[in-house]
Amino acid sequence: MAEILASVIDGVLIGAVYGLAAMGLTLIWGVMNVINLSHGAIIVLGMFALYYFSSVLGLNPYAASPIVIVIGFVAGVLLYWVAVHRVIGRPPLMSLLSTFAVNMVLIGLGTAFWSTSPYNVPVSLPSVSWEGYTYTGTHIMAAVIAAVIAGLLYLLLYRTRIGKAIRAVSANRAAAELSGIPTTQMLALSFGLGVTLAFASGMLIATLFPFTILSGGAYQLKSFVVTVLGGLGNPGGALLGGIFLGLIEGMATPFMPVSWMPMIEFTLFVIVLIAFPRGIFSFSRT
Amino acid sequence: MQLPRLCLVAVATIALTSPAWAADNDTLTVGFTVSQTGKLNTDSIAQMRGFDLWRDQVNAKGGIKVGDKAYNIKFVSYDDESQNGRVQQLYTRLITQDNAQFLFSPYSSGLTATAAIISEQYGKVMLTTGAAEEKTYELGNKDLFQIYSPAAQYLAGALRALKEKDPNAKIAFVYEDDPFSKAVAHATLDLAKMEHMTIVLDEAYSGSTMDFGPIINKIIASNAVALLGGGHYADGSTLARQLHDQKANLKWVTLLVAPDSPKFAELGAAATDISVPSQWEPQVRFKPDFGPTAQEFTNAFNTKYGVDPGYHAAGGYAAGLILQHAIEQVGSIDPAKVAAALNKMDVTTMFGRTKFATDAKDHGLQIGHDMVLAQWQLKDGKLTKEVIWPAAAKTADTVMN
Repeated sequence: MAEILASVIDGVLIGAVYGLAAMGLTLIWGVMNVINLSHGAIIVLGMFALYYFSSVLGLNPYAASPIVIVIGFVAGVLLYWVAVHRVIGRPPLMSLLSTFAVNMVLIGLGTAFWSTSPYNVPVSLPSVSWEGYTYTGTHIMAAVIAAVIAGLLYLLLYRTRIGKAIRAVSANRAAAELSGIPTTQMLALSFGLGVTLAFASGMLIATLFPFTILSGGAYQLKSFVVTVLGGLGNPGGALLGGIFLGLIEGMATPFMPVSWMPMIEFTLFVIVLIAFPRGIFSFSRT
Repeated sequence: MQLPRLCLVAVATIALTSPAWAADNDTLTVGFTVSQTGKLNTDSIAQMRGFDLWRDQVNAKGGIKVGDKAYNIKFVSYDDESQNGRVQQLYTRLITQDNAQFLFSPYSSGLTATAAIISEQYGKVMLTTGAAEEKTYELGNKDLFQIYSPAAQYLAGALRALKEKDPNAKIAFVYEDDPFSKAVAHATLDLAKMEHMTIVLDEAYSGSTMDFGPIINKIIASNAVALLGGGHYADGSTLARQLHDQKANLKWVTLLVAPDSPKFAELGAAATDISVPSQWEPQVRFKPDFGPTAQEFTNAFNTKYGVDPGYHAAGGYAAGLILQHAIEQVGSIDPAKVAAALNKMDVTTMFGRTKFATDAKDHGLQIGHDMVLAQWQLKDGKLTKEVIWPAAAKTADTVMN
């Protein structure tokens, strides 16, 4: 029983971080109907950004977090103008190819700079032990920061005029334009926010696990599963989807080989797509 | 009149510039791939450094002497990106376009199994290093020669050392789901059953696993006191770090491959007391029939690269030495004669004894070399790797938590 509970707690803690990563993906999809295939590479850039500030410049990883988040936002807005703006409203294949190309460029440049060797961000926080199981402080802190960032995003989207404008563009771009909303700026802002969330999740994952420039693929796949669970275009659902996925993994792993988890995840992915195409958390506000 | 002359010039130009004609007669071309990128790059680059050191030393001494000629070594190598598909393409290219006369294997059993199909297809002698899985040598190959001890031997020493310390130890087997690690784990599981030891967990994981939390929870739930397994550098170092972070309270941890790298010591407290089955350690004191001693090799490697070599680097260097010795023995670079010399070979180098099986059922399998078990121990606040098994080779007593 203690093992199941430990696995569930671990799953929920890490699920919150996966949920944050998926929020970035789903926000971009929801506002501009773009599936960002560079999402995994961007998550990894967040990891390397934190590595640079903490291991190279010697800053405390958590103190460096706001800088990493600002860099993520600037990078996202730039990326929007370079690779996304011209393909908005075009057939979906155009944006898929464009973001896939960005993905390949980022991985190629990253391989040249950092090779594919594993990197670590050493972080030490007190851990909590119970019944022989230890919950590391870094996991708890990552889940708390993920929840705080998700809360801030909620406030931005639902309690500010900018958020209202973003939601208006998401609902009907033409009508928003007629109402005087600068839709192009809102799209750039939304893409910047999506990339910021990916950066933030990468930054948190880097405090938990080692990473290489190739690590993004696995997190991108997880983000897709979480996005479908939470409902495409629904950031709140994505966070719940991440926690739900962590919960499922936590409950399943004591009873089956851990290597079966990807199979379980993608079975769930297909079932939800067929049975609940709007996601299992579609009751959430959009 | 002009057309035939033009054709003559064209034919002469093509003939003189084609690789077969342009090849320098005093150059011996050795081809191989390196995982410069991808998940195997740490160990593969170490292996390549061993090759490079051998080549540089041979060329500095005037090349390999064959009768009254001397051949300088030329390497042709490519990045295989740790992918089987790339290995298949690149070994074909090494043989057909780059005219490699001899081959070294890529790093890892999986990639070598693919390269071996190509090398055998073209009848090229390939010395394999960093490739311990036995299966590749049991497929009727004729020109494949294994430098490493086979996979089944990897954890046998650790199991016996553990049994000596704690015969009733509950053991968890946690290993990467790849050909090499599975071959090692399955052979050791069989041995543990024969030795009547208690196995409480048998779990494989994907090589790309970064979150070992669920597996560590299983280890804790199984009440295991010993863990045997691992895979390669990336996953092994991650597992070691998380075992420490999650306070798994194991008394004995032996992981494959990763702890052999000097880089493993960067894990600090998480690396302490972790042991690794090793093909070679700098402390070994073999009396070589030819080539440098282990100490001389270690010094030369350290001078060139600024770090001590692990067994991957030593295996790469030994592959070069063995090829060189075979060529010098027969006084020819004819592949059939070199293969015959390798079949007869029974020598000791800085890497230990080397002898290849010549039976058709396992031709090329290494049957002369023995492994050691090394452990990272904290001495005067500094992590050092000591040989703890077998008793004849040990440099320190085993530390058990």
